[in-house]
Amino acid sequence: MSADSIVEVKEVGKTYEGGVEALADVNVALPSGRLSTLLGPSGCGKTTLLKIIAGLIPPSRGEIWVKGKKVAGPGPERAFVFQDFALLPWGNVLRNVGFGLELRGLPKEEREQIARKHIAEVGLKSFEASYPHQLSGGMRQRVGLARALAVDADIILMDEPFSSVDEQTRRKFQEELLDLLKNRKKTVVFVTHSIEEAAYLSDQIVLLSARPGTVSKIIQPNIDREGRSPDEIRRDKNYLDAVDEIWQILKHYI
Amino acid sequence: MERKDLTATPLFWQLASFALFFGLWELAGRWPISFAFPPFSKTLVALLGMIADGSLLKAYQSTLQPLIIGIVLCSIIGIGFGVGMGLSRAVEWLSLPIFIVLQAAPMAAIIPLITYMYGIGITAKVLAVVVLAAPVIVMNSYKGIRNTSPSLIQMCRAFLGTKRQEVVKIILPHAAALIFAGLRLGLAMGFIGIVIAELLITPTGIGDLITYNSSVADYPKMFAAIASIVLFAALTIQALERLERKLFPPEMRGFEDVG
Repeated sequence: MSADSIVEVKEVGKTYEGGVEALADVNVALPSGRLSTLLGPSGCGKTTLLKIIAGLIPPSRGEIWVKGKKVAGPGPERAFVFQDFALLPWGNVLRNVGFGLELRGLPKEEREQIARKHIAEVGLKSFEASYPHQLSGGMRQRVGLARALAVDADIILMDEPFSSVDEQTRRKFQEELLDLLKNRKKTVVFVTHSIEEAAYLSDQIVLLSARPGTVSKIIQPNIDREGRSPDEIRRDKNYLDAVDEIWQILKHYI
Repeated sequence: MERKDLTATPLFWQLASFALFFGLWELAGRWPISFAFPPFSKTLVALLGMIADGSLLKAYQSTLQPLIIGIVLCSIIGIGFGVGMGLSRAVEWLSLPIFIVLQAAPMAAIIPLITYMYGIGITAKVLAVVVLAAPVIVMNSYKGIRNTSPSLIQMCRAFLGTKRQEVVKIILPHAAALIFAGLRLGLAMGFIGIVIAELLITPTGIGDLITYNSSVADYPKMFAAIASIVLFAALTIQALERLERKLFPPEMRGFEDVG
């Protein structure tokens, strides 16, 4: 595996209780500072793989290595963004964004100061005192993203973060995500079932086969995003080629 | 005031409902259905009389003592048990069957047995309250803990929460509303328990007022005692329900599903 990979998945398999085999022999390396997408037909185990990388689910076979260390559970170098947001319903935005720091025992003032900074970054300034039920789905996910950014992990694991958000919000969100990541050295692992989303966001796309999921192909779209508008990217030849290539492979699994 | 349509306010209909109820009671008492059934007006007079001579207050003091002791005991032990059952599989397997049976059983039938074992003192009455109130308090605490959103627990683990933090910061706040509701339902059962105990074990407090006045055929006083405990229990439970809605607004309980 290449030297600059930060996450290494080695022969990982997962069989759930009851015998359902979700993943079989997954081998993949995710490059540091890049955005990798796990993409595949529904039920291919992409979320399972992400949660195994997060240390939330133990693999049945194989190993995960993160920054040269074998994963035995969640770690401070990884932060998770949940599909269903997983916000405390009884906590306001400020508490939710600072929750990861709260669990690490940071003093209230310090964590709130950090939380405020990230709340502003995801565009939720002045919503600090709002509760999740007062926010739209898109805003709730911004809270989830800010919470992951606040713990300053090297790796951000995102489980279909935009799937419960409407299409317009979703596009805007994707653009903002790229903006947010541009000046940071974050590694992002992103699970999605949207081909366009994967092609638009990713430096590397890991295509998984139908259940039991295994790596079917790795695609690097090679899209030049520097100084170009989202619409220009969406008309880029490499972007369109990537979308087409993914579709040609995925359609065999449907 | 003159412009406002009175029939449009809920208060109007609530008062109308009371007026209708007491009116029918008055009519039924004057009919009379039975000599042992006094009209509303006589009952009210008897109630005011008992308030004035202090006998009602004295009765409540002795009725509420075992009730409060019983409910406090239940809150400590019952919530402890329920939370334990929710957190530990071993405790769950050990005690869940017992509490499911206890919750379904007509617990009032056990009260004579309590008298047999613990005599006629305050211990027996406290036990009567505990026996009726505990199952619902335990079961609600248990369900509250068990209903914690798995996604929130996973979130806590992903952000490096310890098992202790998981309990203190996720599970307990999540269960608080159901636990409180359990206490409210437990208190309602406790009222039943204490009145049965006072009627079956030894007549004290409200039970004494009911039994004594029934034996000397002072039916207005007997009905006043009954009505007062019904009213008292209803108002207390209602007040707790309001407090519950204020402390735990439904949208912050986390039972709504997002997305």
